Amino acid sequence: MTRSTQAIADGIRRRVFEHTIRHNGGYLSQACSAAESLALLYNEVLHLGPSTAPAIPRPFPGVPGPHNPDSFTGAGYHGPASPEYDRFFISPAHYALVVYAALIEAGRMAPEGLEHFNRDGSSVEMIGAEHSPGFEVTTGSLAQGLSMASGVAWARQRRGEPGRVWVYLSDGELQEGQTWECFANMAFHRIANVSVVIDVNAQQCDGAMSTVGYMGDWIARLRSFGADAVEVDGHDLTAMRAALSRRAEDRPVVTLMRTSPYQGMDAALKKRFPRLHYVRFQSSEERRELARSVAAQLGIPNPEP
Amino acid sequence: MELVEKPYAKAFIAYASKRPEVLCLSADLTSSCEVDRFRDQYPRQFLSCGMAEQNMLSFAAGLAMEGFRPFIHTFGVFLYRRPLDQLINSIAYPNRKVRLMGFLPGITTPGGVTHQAIDDIAILRAVPNMTLLETGDATEVETVLPVADAVDGPVYVRVLRGQVPRLFSTPFRFNDIRCVREGRDVLIVTAGITTEEAMRATAALEAKGLSVRHLHVGTLKPFNREQFLDHLASVRLGVISLENHTIVGGLGSILAELMADAGVGRPLVRLGLKDTFAHGASKPYLMTKYGLDAMALVRAAEKLAGQALGITQDELLAVRLEAVHSASKAEAL
Repeated sequence: MTRSTQAIADGIRRRVFEHTIRHNGGYLSQACSAAESLALLYNEVLHLGPSTAPAIPRPFPGVPGPHNPDSFTGAGYHGPASPEYDRFFISPAHYALVVYAALIEAGRMAPEGLEHFNRDGSSVEMIGAEHSPGFEVTTGSLAQGLSMASGVAWARQRRGEPGRVWVYLSDGELQEGQTWECFANMAFHRIANVSVVIDVNAQQCDGAMSTVGYMGDWIARLRSFGADAVEVDGHDLTAMRAALSRRAEDRPVVTLMRTSPYQGMDAALKKRFPRLHYVRFQSSEERRELARSVAAQLGIPNPEP
Repeated sequence: MELVEKPYAKAFIAYASKRPEVLCLSADLTSSCEVDRFRDQYPRQFLSCGMAEQNMLSFAAGLAMEGFRPFIHTFGVFLYRRPLDQLINSIAYPNRKVRLMGFLPGITTPGGVTHQAIDDIAILRAVPNMTLLETGDATEVETVLPVADAVDGPVYVRVLRGQVPRLFSTPFRFNDIRCVREGRDVLIVTAGITTEEAMRATAALEAKGLSVRHLHVGTLKPFNREQFLDHLASVRLGVISLENHTIVGGLGSILAELMADAGVGRPLVRLGLKDTFAHGASKPYLMTKYGLDAMALVRAAEKLAGQALGITQDELLAVRLEAVHSASKAEAL
């Protein structure tokens, strides 16, 4: 650990903000909510080896198939898949921009890698797929990532590997039935080497989650499905450290990170709530105004002077 | 004709018990898919996934990522309808070695519309990286496992269960069309349970002077284009397909596409479910009702030949009747 986790979280916000201003849109609110949790995971919690992937991501290698030996995954940015190391699966693939920013801040990808974001022919895709940096599986269809990771975890547990399997989820994925099928299956098979981190920012594509679907008491629901579950403030690093160190003998552990979708940028973003899923600008004045106020709040130069 | 009891049960034990990396997954249909003895004898290789197919398919993908080779056992219909998104994104796109063993293909169940996989070939044929196999007799059920497991990617297999007739003496061979009969007038192409029906009809047709060339297809995707076109070129009148599936997108459609792509303009009669769902009843009843039986084939051959041959039910080989409730089926479904 050479940089403080808060510095990395601040760097994630700054990179995603500058990118959003430059490209007239982006998943900005996800950076606000996830900056601390991703920074903490990459900087202190995950037991990962050094990146084995090129600092600047290679172009898209073609779809996987029996006749394409060139296809690759982005798992190399999380280091080698060795028994002692953890594996980290990102399920909300639309957090890709935030994940790329986190990889850069964690020294796993070159800053120039982000210039390939959402470019034709690039593997640095807008919605991360298994060839994108930091991704090992294609999770754009939400709620499949946890199930795939649980299969990996079962296999690792069977082999007695010490490394854990970490899964990053978004709270919207708790609306999918597959998520609950998976928790029930993990409880039944006593899959205990899985740690799930959920970014509970309470907003989704259509707006505030409470206006879209039933939320209920997730802690109670997770526990009744056989998981160990606690809730913490997802911007309080001390509380998060304690929560993420939990382990259980016979079940997965889940940490619900209560977060704000405009944390650190509330001067500009709070008034847009709940229309935050993908921030874009209707006019150049709107972009200039957001750039000015957020830069001031982040204490950085205005990228749109 | 020899009837074999539960050929899959023995074949799976023989195959999987020697390969610890093979895992047997089930979604509450373990005895219905004839893997209950395997579960009891090899519990370390068996994973109950409950009635939760979406998770089961993605979970299997994770197991495959780690070098295990999951064989998923459930009714075919539950492998591709509810969890099609999981099948595509978790398994097919990344080309994972997950083996989807689909029991009760087509109308081989009295379970009605919810249990009848009548559109699986059409749907899964459209999914890139998928391989589709269909077993037609006890020998093919006994020998399909190594064929399926050798595929570098996902495989869906239509598996026959219970009392299965033995029609062939040679094993399942990947992408090799069997020539059952070498006639010169009409080409009949069948797969799965319709092959037995065609065998009932072809003897009667030959007795009336119509020479029949009969092909049995075990590999639906990929499809052996050259073998089919060669056989087609050696018959006089045209081709009839007979499939345990809707005629939209299945075997008949495959032949039509191959002929159109090759610029071969020959008559084609497609027999199967005519863009309809079926309902719950016995297999012989449904095969007659929906025109999937030997007599439907005779009528189609007469149409191609342009003459009535006067064949009656009595002249067809007897229908083989299976008990709907029997010791070889764990339940009536």
